[in-house]
Amino acid sequence: MIEFGYSLQSNRQIDFDLNDRRMLKYVRKNEPSIDWCMSCGTCASGCTAGATSDFSLRRMILMTRRGEEDELKTNIFRCRFCGKCINACPRGVNTRNVIYWMQQAVKNINAL
Amino acid sequence: MKSIAIIGGGVAGMEAAAKLSRMGFSVTIIEEKDQLGGKLMQWHALFPARRPSAEVLSNLKKQVKLGINTILNARVERIEKNDDGFAIVLNHNRMITAHAILLATGFDIFDASKKEEYGYGIYDNVITSVDLEKAFSSGKVVTAQGKTPKRIGFIHCVGSRDEKAGNPHCSKVCCVTGVKQAIELKEMIPDSEIYMYYMDLRMFGRHFEELYKEAQVKHHIQFIRGRLSEAFENQDNSVLIKIEDTLLGKPLKMNLDLMVLLVGMQPSGGIAGILRDLEVEKDADGFVKQTDNQLAPSKTNTPGVFAIGTVTGPKTIEETISEARAVTLEIADYLHNKVASRILMNENYSL
Amino acid sequence: MKFDYFVLPFTLGLVFLFIYLGITYARWFMQLDKPDRKAIGKGFFSLKLFSAVREIILESLLHRKIFRKNLLLGFMHMSLAFGWFLLIFIGNIEDRVYEPQTLNPPYVPIFFRFFNTTVHPFPFHNFFSVLMDLILLLVLAGIVLAWGKRIRSRAYGMRRTTKLSLGDKFAMVSLWFVFPLRLLAESFTHAVYGGGEFLTGTVGNLLGSFLPASALFYPAWWAYSLSLGVFFLALPFSRYMHIPTEVVLILSRHFGLKEKKEHTPLTDVEVHSCSRCGICIDTCQLAFAGGIKHVQSAYQLRAIRYQHINPAEHLNCMMCGRCENVCPVGINIKDVRLISRNKLNGYPIDKNEFVRPTVKPVKTDVIYFGGCMTHQTPAIKKSMTKILRSAGVNYWFMDEQGGICCGRPSILTGHTEQAEAIMNSNVQIIRQSGAKIMVTSCPICYKVFKQDYNLDIDVLHHSQYINQLLADGKLNVKAMGSNAVYHDPCELSRDIRVYEEPRNILEKIVRLVPSTYEKDNSLCCGGSLANLSISLEKRLEITQDALDKLTVQKPDLLITSCPQCKKTFEKASGIPVRDLAEIVASAMSATDKSAEKSIRQKKHLQASEQY
Repeated sequence: MIEFGYSLQSNRQIDFDLNDRRMLKYVRKNEPSIDWCMSCGTCASGCTAGATSDFSLRRMILMTRRGEEDELKTNIFRCRFCGKCINACPRGVNTRNVIYWMQQAVKNINAL
Repeated sequence: MKSIAIIGGGVAGMEAAAKLSRMGFSVTIIEEKDQLGGKLMQWHALFPARRPSAEVLSNLKKQVKLGINTILNARVERIEKNDDGFAIVLNHNRMITAHAILLATGFDIFDASKKEEYGYGIYDNVITSVDLEKAFSSGKVVTAQGKTPKRIGFIHCVGSRDEKAGNPHCSKVCCVTGVKQAIELKEMIPDSEIYMYYMDLRMFGRHFEELYKEAQVKHHIQFIRGRLSEAFENQDNSVLIKIEDTLLGKPLKMNLDLMVLLVGMQPSGGIAGILRDLEVEKDADGFVKQTDNQLAPSKTNTPGVFAIGTVTGPKTIEETISEARAVTLEIADYLHNKVASRILMNENYSL
Repeated sequence: MKFDYFVLPFTLGLVFLFIYLGITYARWFMQLDKPDRKAIGKGFFSLKLFSAVREIILESLLHRKIFRKNLLLGFMHMSLAFGWFLLIFIGNIEDRVYEPQTLNPPYVPIFFRFFNTTVHPFPFHNFFSVLMDLILLLVLAGIVLAWGKRIRSRAYGMRRTTKLSLGDKFAMVSLWFVFPLRLLAESFTHAVYGGGEFLTGTVGNLLGSFLPASALFYPAWWAYSLSLGVFFLALPFSRYMHIPTEVVLILSRHFGLKEKKEHTPLTDVEVHSCSRCGICIDTCQLAFAGGIKHVQSAYQLRAIRYQHINPAEHLNCMMCGRCENVCPVGINIKDVRLISRNKLNGYPIDKNEFVRPTVKPVKTDVIYFGGCMTHQTPAIKKSMTKILRSAGVNYWFMDEQGGICCGRPSILTGHTEQAEAIMNSNVQIIRQSGAKIMVTSCPICYKVFKQDYNLDIDVLHHSQYINQLLADGKLNVKAMGSNAVYHDPCELSRDIRVYEEPRNILEKIVRLVPSTYEKDNSLCCGGSLANLSISLEKRLEITQDALDKLTVQKPDLLITSCPQCKKTFEKASGIPVRDLAEIVASAMSATDKSAEKSIRQKKHLQASEQY
């Protein structure tokens, strides 16, 4: 899809050559276990915030990996840090710390 | 005559015993239960073709009857190494000697009650794949309330690929077991709906992928990619699950009449003493370490001690039987070499 | 008036110190809100002043709490603090008794033996001389012990000591110079002018025999004054700020000031009262079980004070309260950390998000709240429903469907705005249900419902409620005859102290095996929700260590009353881990349907266990 300056339709494609990798690098530096995630969705299955909103950690991590920040910005602050995901994750990802640093990344996105 | 002690009387032990005996060695099987057969006795039908396991079992048992010393109800208390080989001390003050030892002690089934959040042993209608096989053997699958289940869900990777359960490895066979059981269940209860909740589908073997397609096409079994965090129990004892349908990116909930947990394999816990006495090393995942995965898969770090079957990691029955046949040659090679080296050193030796 | 130029460093340092402290404390006082200021004003004229002074003497001077930890350590701290206090105090008395008519400037009592090289007899003057020598000896002993602690801290009961910053080291060294220099100055003086007692006289004679005392005594006084001056200059910027500030803290505490949710001047007082003594490091499980020794409270309080917080280290704390329990100054470490975390992590939230109603209220007498973790340990919620039904309680399982969080994990990680929104939403539901009692099986939830929700109804932990049901005869249990050890969850220990009720119940059912790590000394299981940074591997080390310590007497069972503890211990425990509710449920006589169901369950399992 070609994107014109004032087009009504935006480009749906993830351009993986040009995507923003700063967030992933920042989170990875502070919490390396973001790389361990295999997107199984166990975290999202029991998530307290997921019961009343669109928050899904699996999706958040995928978005960070793909550099899709827009949806991340609103949703990432819904986490209640209740800890169910960290109990459940089969890969042993330190989920709450990943969320914390993704939040920091969003807050400091211009300084990254 | 050279003698070999085989610890474990399951598929691996029986097949190796039969072949070693035919090659002219003196073989003793040490089995801790009161009959041979191992985990094979718990299965009803084997993947992928759903061949009755009783056929395989009776075939293996028949071969063992010919001239092999079998000691049942035997627990290994201690093993000592000596110049000739090994002295194995059993319970009830029994002892046998052997020139070589073959470990065929198998695996432990993951105890699903350790994953308390799935409710095994707490909720009425949560069972494991092992329980389901037994139910198939008895010819009837019912809920705890005695009703025929209409909606059954299978949860993949229970106790495997799970740091929290202490088993980061993949147990390999549970995915195809699940698909096989789903098909069997659907044939048993034709108007049921069956759902598989998986992380990945490991259909690695011959005809496995075809089995998967058959499950979808012929039996309308639904495959949903998402891993369960915890299960709930409703007032009527049905099981409620909430997962994320990861492919669609949306939360999904449903009620199941019966939930089956596909439990994995984990390293056998009861052989710690044996491994210590023989100084056999374990790999990082807790299974016995193979000297070389490609070129010496049945050897351990201790000369004269061999290991086959699931004691060295998850594998299928075909692979186990192949290993049992292959180790025969390895052991023969080892024992003849011992003979050869003795002759070279001019020691007194009699066959 | 007695004067010499050498007193200038001391005097200027002292003046600077008083001005700095005066301004700082006045500023903090003015920043307090009105009720707190009035409380302080009233406190000075009340009996509370006496209890405050008593604590100041017992802790700031005599260091009773440190003596309890280790005698040698206590003696070291006491001899420095109390000894120095006495030098000043007795020195001033000595000066008053010597010259009752004259009011001398403050440096005279300090440099008494300079200004009074020939002392005319005054009442008890020998007694005073001997006493001053004795006190100086006491302080010098303290200095020597302090050197010893830097070399071999284990002899003082401390496996690890605080790693001091450069500034602190500088202040410490200047302090170490003070009293030996006093000894030298007084000794040289006595060598030249005679006099002196068992310490100063002896040393003076010794030194005078091979050193030119007459040339050295004046420089020695200069050096003594300089070291004091430098120390006073360094004090407000170093760890020694704790000396005057802990007095302020003790007074404030006794006059009724408490930590709030946000930063107040009291927080400043607490943060400046930390002496970095390092006693908090040894007691921290991250240190002794995980080998992590750079994140403890001594370092974090310093980070808060000097505003150089490293978030990863700051959030690497399990908030179990073990350090707070042993702090000799009694700093409210947990409260201070929470305030700091909130400053670190607060962000704007969409409040509507959190007030969306999560469940429809049901009219009931008793609310049972399981909590997030209870859904991952369903044996607990099944046991609780069995118990409640069997006791005939009209209850509503408020979060049966999951999806409601009590809000405390948000507080612990410093997201208080979010927590408040969650709490408001939950309070509506609780109020509308009309319940009079709220029972929860999770200590984390219990703590927040009890302390932060401001509910008018009774909030009980399930151990307290079951205890009540047993006492009222609504439940009956029988003995089961196993040996068990009970693990006090950290959220029920130390400040909230729910110790007796669980034990009351368990003693009726099992044989409780004692443990050194119980009650105030209880351990954290490692599953803490307050620690964001720690890796899974380190958590397992802490869990394994706690398990080893708890099961040292080889019990059959490990019992706890927290679902997170149960979930965490289950991963690594060799023996079965059970919640209090499960034990009670299995010890109840099988009288009703729910019991029948569990029997049927067992039969279903037995069929599958046949092998």
